[in-house]
Amino acid sequence: MCKPLDAIDRRIIVATQAGLPLLAEPYAAIAAQLGLQTDEVLQRVAALQADGVIRRVAAVPNHYALGYRANGMSVWNVTDGRIVELGRQVGGLDYVSHCYQRPRHLPLWPYNLFAMVHGRSREDVEEKVGAIADLLGSHCRGHEVLYSKRILKKTGLRIKE
Amino acid sequence: MDSVDCNIVNQLQEGLPVCARPFDDVAAQLDIPVDELLARLQRLLDDKLLSRFGPMYNAESMGGALSLCAMQVPPDRFDAVAAQVNAFAEVAHNYERDHLLNMWFVIATEHPAQAVAVISDIEQQTGCRVYDMPKQEEFFIGLKLAV
Repeated sequence: MCKPLDAIDRRIIVATQAGLPLLAEPYAAIAAQLGLQTDEVLQRVAALQADGVIRRVAAVPNHYALGYRANGMSVWNVTDGRIVELGRQVGGLDYVSHCYQRPRHLPLWPYNLFAMVHGRSREDVEEKVGAIADLLGSHCRGHEVLYSKRILKKTGLRIKE
Repeated sequence: MDSVDCNIVNQLQEGLPVCARPFDDVAAQLDIPVDELLARLQRLLDDKLLSRFGPMYNAESMGGALSLCAMQVPPDRFDAVAAQVNAFAEVAHNYERDHLLNMWFVIATEHPAQAVAVISDIEQQTGCRVYDMPKQEEFFIGLKLAV
């Protein structure tokens, strides 16, 4: 994060966090709505992306509706010295959405690499988990796949104006 | 979904340039007019094949904190504890998972100190230990589903 968000950045975020208007010139519409110049909106959105506040401007698929009905949180006990290199490889796989290094909690929780794996069925997920196991090879000392049994709560992340 | 829709879903997951007319290049690549691309995009959203389209914001880069937490909840108290945990506005997602650690939730706050306070409140109210697993490194976010 390079610099804190100012009031105009926050207004742009609030105006776009539910999505971008589906118009040929969407930023002009945002600018008109906020009483700003289009160029200023474009510069600020570009700066937010350069700073990592915006990952990318993209479509988010509804994986369930697209036929990817199974997902498993695969967790791996990976050699610490290799985790950045291997984490990038796992994160680069098409069927992995979120991929993070997280702290172990020994002895209960020895896993330090988390990769959410999506598939068309549980068998499909297991096959992909097997491919990750092959990729990690001897640098992995164990893994598990946790399937969700129930969604207890799911709300979007929203910032306030 | 026809093959054009599939190409739209595949292409638009990659991200669009930030410019005055961001859809022009993709429409040209798909060999369809921009208006058709926008109409198809609207239908994919209406049909919920896409859950959203627009900037993907990163909470941590906005100064906020996001942590994954797990708890080992006694089965006979599971629903009561779920209600206690879900009552916190800072708990964004909560899943029951098939494991000794059977409750997994995400805490999202605008400031990291708030997350620490929420975790301590949850431990006090539920009597269960919260295993806090904040991310230490991020390798990728987003899915590149081929359809």
